[in-house]
Amino acid sequence: MNARTEADLLQPPMHSPANLSNTHLDALEEETIFILREVAAAFERPTLLFSGGKDSLVLLKCAEKAFGVGRIPYPLLMIDTGHNFPEVTAYRDQRAQELGAELIVRSVEDSMKRGTVRLAHPGESRNAHQSVTLLEAIEEFRFDALIGGARRDEEKARAKERIFSHRDSFGQWQPKDQRPELWTLFNTRLAPGEHFRVFPISNWTELDVWQYIERENVGLPSIYYTHKREVVERRGLLVPVTELTPPRDGETVQVRDVRFRTVGDITTTCPVESLAAGAGDVVLETLSVDVSERGATRMDDMTSEASMEKRKKDGYF
Amino acid sequence: MSATIATPATSDVHGDTGTALRFITCGSVDDGKSTLIGRLLVDSKTVLQDQLAGVQRGGETDLALLTDGLSAEREQGITIDVAYRYFSTAKRKFIIGDAPGHEQYTRNMVTAVSAADAAVVLVDATKLAWAAEVEDGTVVKRELLPQTRRHTLLAHLLRVQSIVFAVNKLDAIDDAALAFERISTALNAFAEAAGVKVAAIVPISALKGWNVATRHADWVGYEGPSLLELLEDLPVTAQDEAVPFAFPVQWVEKFSASADTSQGRRVFWGRVASGHVEPGQRVTVLPSNQTATVAQVLSHTRQPKTVHAGHSAGIVLDHELDVSRGDWLLAPEAFEPVREITATVAWLDDEPLVAGRVYWALQGHRWVKAKVARIVDRVNITTLESEPATQLEANSIGDVVLALQQPLAVLPFAQSRALGSLVLVDTASHRTSAAVLVQPPAAKA
Repeated sequence: MNARTEADLLQPPMHSPANLSNTHLDALEEETIFILREVAAAFERPTLLFSGGKDSLVLLKCAEKAFGVGRIPYPLLMIDTGHNFPEVTAYRDQRAQELGAELIVRSVEDSMKRGTVRLAHPGESRNAHQSVTLLEAIEEFRFDALIGGARRDEEKARAKERIFSHRDSFGQWQPKDQRPELWTLFNTRLAPGEHFRVFPISNWTELDVWQYIERENVGLPSIYYTHKREVVERRGLLVPVTELTPPRDGETVQVRDVRFRTVGDITTTCPVESLAAGAGDVVLETLSVDVSERGATRMDDMTSEASMEKRKKDGYF
Repeated sequence: MSATIATPATSDVHGDTGTALRFITCGSVDDGKSTLIGRLLVDSKTVLQDQLAGVQRGGETDLALLTDGLSAEREQGITIDVAYRYFSTAKRKFIIGDAPGHEQYTRNMVTAVSAADAAVVLVDATKLAWAAEVEDGTVVKRELLPQTRRHTLLAHLLRVQSIVFAVNKLDAIDDAALAFERISTALNAFAEAAGVKVAAIVPISALKGWNVATRHADWVGYEGPSLLELLEDLPVTAQDEAVPFAFPVQWVEKFSASADTSQGRRVFWGRVASGHVEPGQRVTVLPSNQTATVAQVLSHTRQPKTVHAGHSAGIVLDHELDVSRGDWLLAPEAFEPVREITATVAWLDDEPLVAGRVYWALQGHRWVKAKVARIVDRVNITTLESEPATQLEANSIGDVVLALQQPLAVLPFAQSRALGSLVLVDTASHRTSAAVLVQPPAAKA
């Protein structure tokens, strides 16, 4: 066979830090890549949800290893609330370009113009409304599978979800009636108009993600590491001060050393105090935290015990 | 069917403990599964402050609420679907599947068990008439709850490598030592009758944390390790050995490397089901029956490598053949594809299995139509006897003969998990209806 073709098939070998036991991360990576290939093979019009956040960047690193640069067999899709951290969208665009991947962006603001999203008041968070825009994008492109970077350790409704999670023709999740998922014999059969959400990093924990980021040198938007930021303290959270989230009466603006553990819509995402300058520092911090990732950072999950489940049923990521 | 499953052709020695252990907790309703997991998470300091605060009710901590993640579950106080939780000790990482106890949700328990290296079957000591054992000559084994038996049988049927009984709520019994002894005897008697190998029987109190993470000294005459210590040393599922090379094609990558290649090289991706693959090896394609030589083998991250069972590989052949997703690459002459199989099925759909109906069957990545030629029998969960049946209702286990539209290379499940397992899918509703475990041809009645 052609010698040049052989070499082209290969990825350059990876080198990892000497002290890390790699067995566990290798197993997780292999499981993720198996699922990414299954989606490529089993569906006609899949897409990978890509926010520029750390979980979707890890997913994309696995996709890069599975398929090679320039060869990821599905487009990337981002649902834009219009309330993003600029560092994240800039990095999102850069990464998509590096990988030679098609990036589709659909925005909540367009849904608002169409009248399909109505805010209760102008200041309302657009986070939950992403579901509407997402379902509109699914209809527009007739996507039959959407790969997401959700993890089961994030939240207890997510802890219940299958890896291949069926959605009915209204995009709804039926948590009480999920299909059995036996071995890795994935039942990907669909009726017209239905689709699947697929979660290849279901079994990764926050620590696994950071150890993998460290081992593989996965680049992240800068706000994942320590930086000085204006914040106010509110209900035990550090709320970033931005145009969209101004300080309220009686709140004192302070400059703190912070980093984000999770990144989403500006109006719902809070940083934590940290001096961690690199992935290795974050690994050490993650080993000693006593508040969960979403508990420390997400205002949207704190409204009620079932807020994630409710949003998921409505078609959320 | 015979409830006794042949001992698999594997040994424990090759299972390693270096990787995460996937285990499930199962058993009957209210036997304390969710509380046990809550206890493991709290005692291993995995539960974080905000999560613990979320399960405080009137000053009391309800550990079960840590895993009952759906609002319907919290409303009803039951577990409907599997919750996966992650924790680690200094020694090992764990992935727990908290399986529901209600018979109605057996399909979700089977989902959890199909991926498990170990099953912890909870037994509620307070629900068993252990004290009456010798009075009227009745054996206590009859007193085991149906779901204890069903879950143990399913775990055994799906070849979960280690089955552990955790006898719970012994703290609520006066003569706990006698209760533990009698219940252990009953569990052993049941396991022996069903051919189940028991890894351990541990007395615990999930509520109080006795023998869960740490040992509770001088209690009920038990001197073994705590449940967590035991789990730290259990092996992960060993690969089936002495099975020739078999490889289900998951995805065909068409690789046209620019410039001078007029015809693109194709890479066949998939997970090696058995044996191993390396360059130079001859393979036969199912169904086309053509043969070729392996030119190149890539690991899951596209590194050149010999790949063993259980791992993903990309295979390049020395010449172009008709190979599609769903086909199998097999060691030549090693398999005899068949058009009919006898199999034990765990029926999971609310709509019963009926003879004569056609379903979709999935083996590896191959979908074929399968017609239920006949129902051989159904196993009685209580007596373990087989009984005649005209249909299999939800949550029952029985043997059927399936006629296949296309030939498949199968092996008995006891010999090969990958070649011996299929799922059935309802052609109308697309629901996953059954777990199918191929039986040896000799078992044909």
